[in-house]
Amino acid sequence: MTEPNSGPDSGGTLPDQRRPAPTEAVPGVIRRGSFGANGSGDTSGFGGLVRRPFGPAPAERPYGEPFDEVADALAAAYPGFDEAVGRVVVDRGELTFHVQREHLVDFCRTLRDDPALRFELCSSVSGVDYLGTPERLHSVYHLTSMTYRRRLRLEVAVPVDDPHVPSVTSVYPTADWQERETYDMFGIVYDGHPALTRILMPDDWDGHPQRKDYPLGGVPVEYKGAMIPPPDERRSYS
Amino acid sequence: MGLEEKLPSGILLTSVEKLVNWSRKSSLWPATFGLACCAIEMMTSGGPRYDLARFGMEVFRASPRQADLMIVAGRVSQKMAPVLRQIYDQMPEPKWVLSMGVCASSGGMFNNYAIVQGVDHVVPVDMYLPGCPPRPEMLIDAILKLHDKIQHEPLGPRRAKALAGQKRELVASSVKFGK
Repeated sequence: MTEPNSGPDSGGTLPDQRRPAPTEAVPGVIRRGSFGANGSGDTSGFGGLVRRPFGPAPAERPYGEPFDEVADALAAAYPGFDEAVGRVVVDRGELTFHVQREHLVDFCRTLRDDPALRFELCSSVSGVDYLGTPERLHSVYHLTSMTYRRRLRLEVAVPVDDPHVPSVTSVYPTADWQERETYDMFGIVYDGHPALTRILMPDDWDGHPQRKDYPLGGVPVEYKGAMIPPPDERRSYS
Repeated sequence: MGLEEKLPSGILLTSVEKLVNWSRKSSLWPATFGLACCAIEMMTSGGPRYDLARFGMEVFRASPRQADLMIVAGRVSQKMAPVLRQIYDQMPEPKWVLSMGVCASSGGMFNNYAIVQGVDHVVPVDMYLPGCPPRPEMLIDAILKLHDKIQHEPLGPRRAKALAGQKRELVASSVKFGK
């Protein structure tokens, strides 16, 4: 009962699986200050924040216990594994495959149907905007296998001037509204989707709100004796 | 409709005014427009501890055609705003609007692209109630102030004078905002 690394209350050390992966620099902009504003300092101190773009480094074999099984089964079941998967990341106990968009649907079908993999549940389809990288918009798929009780993440990167990703609704019908939300918020167009329309914003809205270059859109608020600008334009208050 | 503006003035009108306004305020039926967290407080006000039934308001009509008061309880998103306007248009006169909570009154803590910064951009509001969420006692206070306002509404020539410059538009919102 007193083994080290034996669970959440095992003292200060993290079990091997939960350790964060080493990071490497990726192309991208260096972001300074909160909300991208600069010029005058602000009283919060976040004006001096400098964020360099970095991502987790690709993982090397052996990945760690459950991930090796998944990777081996997948490489055996999907013939084009090496050209489909760009990089494999194992970070904090989670496995991520960066997949090329042409191979996405077949990859998902293999993951769902193969008896050794059986990732039947598409837990979520969401988007990420890595501003400054050449392929800025990422479509992220979280898959869950209930038979083997494990999770997997797939990430597809597309540039913003050609934001097309094939839709996985033919494999996972639950991705229907999730892809609509990702389209609405990020502008990633899912080819083959049965009805790709906006779901959160009104149907005739312009722009994709969760992209990093979309403004917050607040109004200045008038108080007694002061007019406070919206949060992304606030600077020093003195 | 214009009937209320054309009543003959005099002592009879004063009594009729008092009676009509009293009956309107003592049986003010709210339309359910609970959108978010303020709806919970509105439901609590209708519950047994902070009873709205003692003011004749326990009947939250689901149909706006049978309601007098629209309590906009919660944040109104850009997508919900035309729906709000349509429900308001479907309520028959006389109708009042109480914007409950800071999100309905002014956009509240959500100063961004997705939330309408105050429902008075969409419907005319008679009573603003700040709070996040306002306690049931605060909601009852706002309702009682609204009752007071309704009790003192003029009829007859005074009403005609008060409403002299206002234009009443009778275009349904689905037509007006249709594309």
